[in-house]
Amino acid sequence: MRLAGSLAFALTVLFGTAAQAQNPINVKLGVLNDMSSLYADISGPGSVVAAKMAVQDFNPAAHNMKVEIISADHQNKPDVGSNIARQWFDVDHVDAIVDVPTSSVALAVADVTREKNKVFLISGAASSDLTGPKCSPNSVHWTYDTWMLANGTGKALVQTGGDTWFFITADYAFGHALERDTAAVVTANGGKIVGSVNVPLNNSDFSSFLLQAQQSHAKIIGLANAGGDTINSIKQGAEFGITAGGQHFAGLLVFISDVQALGLKTAQGLVLTSTWYWDMNDTNRAWTKRWQAERPGKFPTMVAAGVYSSILHYLKAVAAVGSAADGKAVVDKMKEMPTDDPLFGKGQVRVDGTVTHPAYLFEVKSPAESKYPGDDFKLRATIPADEAFRPLKDDNCPLVSAAAK
Amino acid sequence: MVEIFGIPSYALFGQLLIGLINGSFYALLSLGLAVIFGMLNIINFTHGAQYMMGAFAAYLMLEYLGLDYWVALVIVPFLIAATGIVIERLFLQHIRKLDHLYGLILTFGLALIIEGLFRNAYGSSGKPYQVPELLQGGRNLGFMFLPNYRAWVIAFSLVVCFATWFAIERTRLGSYLRAATENPTLVRAFGINVPRMVTLTYGFGVGLAALAGVMAAPIYNVSPQMGSDLIIVVFAVVVIGGMGSILGAIITGFALGVIEGLTKVFFPEASSTVIFVIMAIVLLIRPAGLFGRTV
Repeated sequence: MRLAGSLAFALTVLFGTAAQAQNPINVKLGVLNDMSSLYADISGPGSVVAAKMAVQDFNPAAHNMKVEIISADHQNKPDVGSNIARQWFDVDHVDAIVDVPTSSVALAVADVTREKNKVFLISGAASSDLTGPKCSPNSVHWTYDTWMLANGTGKALVQTGGDTWFFITADYAFGHALERDTAAVVTANGGKIVGSVNVPLNNSDFSSFLLQAQQSHAKIIGLANAGGDTINSIKQGAEFGITAGGQHFAGLLVFISDVQALGLKTAQGLVLTSTWYWDMNDTNRAWTKRWQAERPGKFPTMVAAGVYSSILHYLKAVAAVGSAADGKAVVDKMKEMPTDDPLFGKGQVRVDGTVTHPAYLFEVKSPAESKYPGDDFKLRATIPADEAFRPLKDDNCPLVSAAAK
Repeated sequence: MVEIFGIPSYALFGQLLIGLINGSFYALLSLGLAVIFGMLNIINFTHGAQYMMGAFAAYLMLEYLGLDYWVALVIVPFLIAATGIVIERLFLQHIRKLDHLYGLILTFGLALIIEGLFRNAYGSSGKPYQVPELLQGGRNLGFMFLPNYRAWVIAFSLVVCFATWFAIERTRLGSYLRAATENPTLVRAFGINVPRMVTLTYGFGVGLAALAGVMAAPIYNVSPQMGSDLIIVVFAVVVIGGMGSILGAIITGFALGVIEGLTKVFFPEASSTVIFVIMAIVLLIRPAGLFGRTV
């Protein structure tokens, strides 16, 4: 018996190294977002579905990899978010955190990720600071940012005569970044900012703020908010006769889920910028159909699409590096390899972590123009990839200056 | 132009009016809570969810049955009150004699479950609901544009609040109710069915929440979390007014709406916290609330 035991031990020692090479590369992804509150339809469970689809399409077994996905609700609170991130990295051995809407939470998670040398694939968060002054060698910002939104919607509206602006701003990192970036675009194009008001996140009544906006006589009321806040602003704006009085809303960040919640009757004519729309082409439609198998009756946002594509590119990079352990090495690989996926097409991950791809200026259809559920947007303009995102020289990202040296 | 603290007076009037409108929702909801607490001794955390159910019921009736706002305004409160009565019969009646905490945790749990079910079925971003045709548009008051619907909200909720106060404080039925909270055994001895009265009272409180929900549907986003966004503020209103005080709930509801409205002009960043600051101050000075009776 003892002989058999030591024989087995000897064999293990002998062939142990060989067996190790056969072991698959384990990757654990954590989808961290708002599962239950105002941003849950933008990201939430829809992002988890997209993540699962990415893993399925990557086919880990073919690359000798094993990928696992977990998810959690950060309740839009930075402290909750960074606590979960720490626990995921330290206890649950998560290699990459994905999505994370709510910029304040994303900024906190970016710091934790950098400290632990893991990877942060940002899709839901918007603040352009994530690739600007607060950029990190461990982050990749996939889908959109506040600079891009401002550049798309802001520029288009100023150029068509909307030259005086009043901002209704969500009072946290994202709202402030969006207001700052839009104001810069407006003034650069000859427009003027006549006022702004900071509104606490998740506010339900906007009539006070709408009244202030009305009294400012600005031609454009810029909504530097998102999700439920945007919905309530526009819905109540219609009631207070904002559009009837000749003023217009600029929804600086509007998702298809918001348009669905408003109804086309209220939302029609709204101009918005997005990097992905489910009904743009056959590939997107086919992808949406698969997604809808898990989320019947709903439509994927650009955030869900970004989660899908960023995971796909990340897994390719892990396969190329051969391990997910060193987060910075994986992100470097992601920057080295050009991006190419079914949803966002060809592009690249820049040194600051921004992923470049085209952006689209859409207008919300009227009820008469909409032929089927989800037929909500019509394309007004395409902004090419090299113009859609902030030029590297304006980034103030330490990584950019370091790379230049 | 006359200015008050650097704000043109006409702008201030507008904000005061808007504060009153928001206050009317606070008043309606805190009234229901006060009635339930006063009569049942239950801290009804399901109130927000019941308000949300009212709004969703209005949406569902329009979407699937083609019944408009006015029909919903009449039917929905009874419908949701019926679900409330089921909750009372199934759960609340068994814990009435226990510590307040039990009721609080039970109703809070129920609220989470109801909200979760709605979120699962309808998503978190909500559903569209239009202002009824009769009340669309608005009038220019000179100092502000007042949507007709908001004028209706404020008038109707004042009527409902007054009627409720009158029914409880000034009618025979109300006196039975108040007597039953003081001494149920004695009231039963007079041949009055106290448990049934309590059940109906809970149903009434819930119906008030549902009514507020229907009224909110055309102006707020009809979403599963619309109730939980509001309920914490409403609890603060009830605490400031004095738990269980009907008149206190109504007056503080309107007053805090106005204070919050003014905060939105002078220091908008604090508008979500001002009510809690006031609550803390009131609790320090008058622990039983402004209109509460000290025990």
